[in-house]
Amino acid sequence: MKLTLDTHTIDACRRDARHIADAIKTELDPYSTVSVERTVLRMLGIDGVDAFDVPYVNVLVDHVKTHGDLRFGIAHHMAWAIARTTKTPQTIAKRVAEGAMSLGDYFEPTTPDYTVLTPFINQSFARIRTQRQHRETVLENHPAPSPEKYVIVATGNIHEDIDQALSAAARGADIIAVIRTTGQSLLDYVPYGATTEGFGGTYATQENFRLMREALDGYQRHHGRYVKLVNYASGLCMPEIAALGALERLDMMLNDSLYGIIFRDINMKRTLIDQAFSRVISGYAGITINTGEDNYLTTTDAFEHAHTVIASQFINERFAEHARMPATLMGLGHAYEIDPSVDNSFLYEIAQAQLSRQLFPDAPLKYMPPTKHMTGDIFKGTVQNALFNIACVTTKQQIHLLGMPTEAIHTPFMSDRALALANADYIYKAFKAFADSVDIKPGSLIEKRAHAVLDNARTLLDDIREEGLFVTLKKGTFAGVSRGENDGKGLGGVFKKHPLYTNPIMERMLAACEEDAS
Amino acid sequence: MKPLMRPYGDTLNDGKMQLSFTLPMEVGPKGEAVAKALCETMGVADATVVHSEALSEHFSFYILYGTLTHAVDSDAVEVRDIDTESMSKDDIEAYIDAHFDHPITFIGASTGTDAHTVGIDAIMNMKGFAGHYGLERYRHVKAINLGSQVDNETLLEEAIKHHADVILISQTVTQKDVHIHNLTAFIELLEAENRRDDFLLIIGGPRITHALAKELGYDAGFGPKKYAHDVASFAAQALVNKRSQSKR
Repeated sequence: MKLTLDTHTIDACRRDARHIADAIKTELDPYSTVSVERTVLRMLGIDGVDAFDVPYVNVLVDHVKTHGDLRFGIAHHMAWAIARTTKTPQTIAKRVAEGAMSLGDYFEPTTPDYTVLTPFINQSFARIRTQRQHRETVLENHPAPSPEKYVIVATGNIHEDIDQALSAAARGADIIAVIRTTGQSLLDYVPYGATTEGFGGTYATQENFRLMREALDGYQRHHGRYVKLVNYASGLCMPEIAALGALERLDMMLNDSLYGIIFRDINMKRTLIDQAFSRVISGYAGITINTGEDNYLTTTDAFEHAHTVIASQFINERFAEHARMPATLMGLGHAYEIDPSVDNSFLYEIAQAQLSRQLFPDAPLKYMPPTKHMTGDIFKGTVQNALFNIACVTTKQQIHLLGMPTEAIHTPFMSDRALALANADYIYKAFKAFADSVDIKPGSLIEKRAHAVLDNARTLLDDIREEGLFVTLKKGTFAGVSRGENDGKGLGGVFKKHPLYTNPIMERMLAACEEDAS
Repeated sequence: MKPLMRPYGDTLNDGKMQLSFTLPMEVGPKGEAVAKALCETMGVADATVVHSEALSEHFSFYILYGTLTHAVDSDAVEVRDIDTESMSKDDIEAYIDAHFDHPITFIGASTGTDAHTVGIDAIMNMKGFAGHYGLERYRHVKAINLGSQVDNETLLEEAIKHHADVILISQTVTQKDVHIHNLTAFIELLEAENRRDDFLLIIGGPRITHALAKELGYDAGFGPKKYAHDVASFAAQALVNKRSQSKR
């Protein structure tokens, strides 16, 4: 099954996206954020919380704001302190938290000897590389299928989540996402330890990551099949969570360049700087990112705004390239959200899914199920999901986020998940060789629709290139939501770097990714 | 004869029902027996397990059909529903024209930690939902949508700032009754600030009913299959009623 597409239009879209993303990079390269700095500390091996449950990494960055000069970067301060005290980063963090030490006493406005950080960075990097190798080895023996069946757990209690995840795995789920508790994206710190209280989801913490990973690894040891784990590198702690996911071997991270801006009202500079670092970390750790274009269609009409999804996919692709991420890690997102009362809705969905497939041939596309037009009618919902599953398998999507018949009612029950998995399995079997057996008729409704969406995406990308991404976001082009350059949460955490600023973690990861690529 | 109500399968008063649920136990004859016993306890007689399967080693899923032995007198059942008439967009605009000398200001948000905007957007945004235009599209209506994760204090501040007539609150996440706590807290805030009577208060969401809204101290509640014109009809008429009451 193939659409005939105009390669000049596709090239023009990529050229525009390159301009758009590169302009943002140039504008934001002189800046860093508190969350980037906290991530550097985590990569130096700092873990734990103080007497008031404040993470040490927050304590240190806040401390440097008042007792040092954050413009030089946290690594600069740590390098001076380690060089002069010969203490480990963890000890320094504890001493600072206890008020027994001030980094200001060791700070010099000249370049420190960064090699004192090397042994600590080596440790984190070695752990991430080991985790990556483990994943690759297991997947070599038991390759991931296509599509991969992705389900969510969202009980709020990590132990209950584990029960639900293991049950889903037993029924054939390939990917488990632990939905975060509502509100976590706006926390400017990462909570600590195992948690049992959450609403509509479970806190993303390093310990929760570890517990779920351990349970899914246990499943793999017994059954041979590797079950991938997903969380959210998004919100105000985007790069920190990417780092924790890298350390604890998550396999996928929701990570969109624009989602937080549009849907969580997080400041655009903060989000774009944070996503740049978080993608470098995920790329280095071999973690597949999932972008969030599907969400645009939950607030605007999927038929009228289909081209905004394509345009955003091109932009997300370019931002991922900045992080030296190979296409095989770019889980670009889209969704099956056209109103079921529209004539030929299924054909339009096929057009969109096949278009995405052909525009990004090497990307493991993430395909989201119907949500907006799901109702309390679970029986009709099962049929909607069946059509979505057919669109998924016939257009060869990779990350198949299964729709639940109870989507509009509650976070999934164990049985909802089992029904959804059975629905998908049946359709995979029934449509196995379908895509290789049929052609899309030239000039047909499906092809015309795909051409129209691509042309509109190109026009939109031309406009964004002309006016700049910040202006586009102000205009509310994506998802019908308008955001200003200096509005939103987290702007206070953005700061301009000093000429001597260095982020040794980012530099080493980028260098390693470049080496991998060559 | 009393209008006694029982479920209908294919014959009046046959009481046929379908049930499905999960049990935290291994699938098998014992599980099926437990499932049937549960039905019996609910008053569902002669339950048949038409399908059972393992969800994992320790959980099993059942679909059953049975005969409900209970009946309900439908005359004795009370419904608390919106008592104002639902009008079309054109009629609402004409009604506001006739009864108000200023546009009606609606301010809306998905409050607390709730990140879902789908409900509030369906009511407020230009596009609306399922062919029903949103409040933004209405003449004589000023619609301000604050989006998601708005805390109660901010919502009240904004409502005062914009001289809102109507506050719309959307709640989608209902796990562990988080919506009840949040909605109650907003009423308490209004009362503490002595502002309860300044606004018409309307809540909405997939699990919201009018009865729940009244119980929590709101003026109205709208659940699934309610659109912008339902909300606007109620609001316009309720504001007129409120005005005539305060004049008396």
